[in-house]
Amino acid sequence: MLPENLLDPSLVLNTSTALDELTLEIVPEKILEALRALKTQKFERFVSVTAVDRYPMEPRFEVVYHMQSVARNLRVRLKCRATGDNPKIASATVVYAAANWYEREAFDLFGINFEGHPNLTRIMMPDFWQGHPLRRDYPVHGHKYDYKSE
Amino acid sequence: MSHTIPAEPEEKQSSHTRRMTLNMGPQHPSTHGVLRVVLELDGESIFKATPDIGFLHTGIEKQCEALNWHQVITLTDRVDYLANLSNNLCYSLAVEKLLQMEIPPKAQYLRVLLAELTRINSHLVWLGTHALDIGAMTVFFLCFREREDILRLFEMFSGQRLMTSYIRIGGLALEPPRGWEKRVKTFIDGLPSKIDEYESLLNTNPIWLKRTKGVGKISVEEMLEIGLTGPCIRGAGIPFDARKMTPYSSYEKFQFEVPTSTDNDVYARYECRVREMRESAKIVQQAMAGIPEGPVQADAPKAVLPERERMKTQMESLIYHFKIVTEGISVPAGEVFQVVESPRGELGYYVVSDGTAKPLRVHMRTPSFGNLQGLPNMIESRGIADSIAIMGSLDFVLGDCDR
Repeated sequence: MLPENLLDPSLVLNTSTALDELTLEIVPEKILEALRALKTQKFERFVSVTAVDRYPMEPRFEVVYHMQSVARNLRVRLKCRATGDNPKIASATVVYAAANWYEREAFDLFGINFEGHPNLTRIMMPDFWQGHPLRRDYPVHGHKYDYKSE
Repeated sequence: MSHTIPAEPEEKQSSHTRRMTLNMGPQHPSTHGVLRVVLELDGESIFKATPDIGFLHTGIEKQCEALNWHQVITLTDRVDYLANLSNNLCYSLAVEKLLQMEIPPKAQYLRVLLAELTRINSHLVWLGTHALDIGAMTVFFLCFREREDILRLFEMFSGQRLMTSYIRIGGLALEPPRGWEKRVKTFIDGLPSKIDEYESLLNTNPIWLKRTKGVGKISVEEMLEIGLTGPCIRGAGIPFDARKMTPYSSYEKFQFEVPTSTDNDVYARYECRVREMRESAKIVQQAMAGIPEGPVQADAPKAVLPERERMKTQMESLIYHFKIVTEGISVPAGEVFQVVESPRGELGYYVVSDGTAKPLRVHMRTPSFGNLQGLPNMIESRGIADSIAIMGSLDFVLGDCDR
């Protein structure tokens, strides 16, 4: 299991272990500090970053980072909350280059602004697309597209 | 997905160093799917490469949120259509972890067997098409001959060649059919000699060696930094394999090696994959030899669909069947990140439940997406011909990448 003092207590809001997986909730403004601290502790792999939309709860977004240490064979999940109007968080690309496409994906599908990202453009949807499809208030079927009019 | 073509580089250059912008794809046959790479060329060599993905984006993650837990299985097949059973397995393991369900040993062994057959299947398609890209056509026909055998086995198990949906939450969809042992044994015993055949066509082929050796090298640190997994990272000498590091589905009971190479080029990745096929054959043989007796579905009537026969003869089973089909199952609230080793690398499913009959979020951390991100680092400052070999060696499936 992971050592308790993985991160400085001032960065962490909440620590929980469920189903053998460690989750640390991080102060959103201090995410880069947390990522840098993990990188010095041999967490060399940035596995992914994505978001969870808990609409209509507020703050509705959870930005979820998965990190792995190959050398120590450990995994950890970091979590930051973001509010519904203008969700934003610092981009992890300055710490881990691998975050680039994952952040573009989360921006495209959830509309989360990763500040300081070198190229924050849509990656899955066309450039002209309006809205962010993976938000819970975005319908699964029939959004702005009328098949009958074809 | 971008619809714009980048402007020509503006600075005035003398005629012999003028850069040209070239679109490779989205329909270029060697990109194996609808990948577009915008290449900025300086003569024959690539100055800058920008992969553009999203042409196969089908919103699978969004659709998962609209279906109930059992129905999502059919979508996981369609994520990576060459490694459908790995995706079925990863999703099922994630949901089972949330349900804290015990899977019977026979189902676990069969899952391992099927996952390894999937690996062989995927590597055969990769080897055939990769060799075809580089000009060795015969290998393609030989690989697809064996692949056909595997697809017939899948059809025998599940009734489907590609979209099997055979691994379900709680075990397997059905008992394996009578006589499967013999068919699998015939195939797997013959496989090593078939692999020898492919190797005899390639290992001493001077064109193959010239096109693959020393091509696509980047440093190990850069590979880890950019997020490459699977045979790509093992070809760089890191024995990073989820089957060994965090064993799932009783992989800890099997004896196998994780092939690595330190050359870190296209040839090293080829070598790793071919040796992996041999290891997979060994795992399948061990699974066949040690398969325990017992049921193939967990004893959890509220979460697992009952057997057809029981459903038609027992009242209680009929009630459970009706409830599971109409209402779906409720999974305790929580979140889990399950990792399996897919043929392409690390496949992770991040599944979040809020305690209802539908998932709150299913995120797929797919290996193709991670590996494709490393493409520019590998092909920049190399020739166009090398880029084809390097793209082949990354072994991406665009369905897996775009989801």
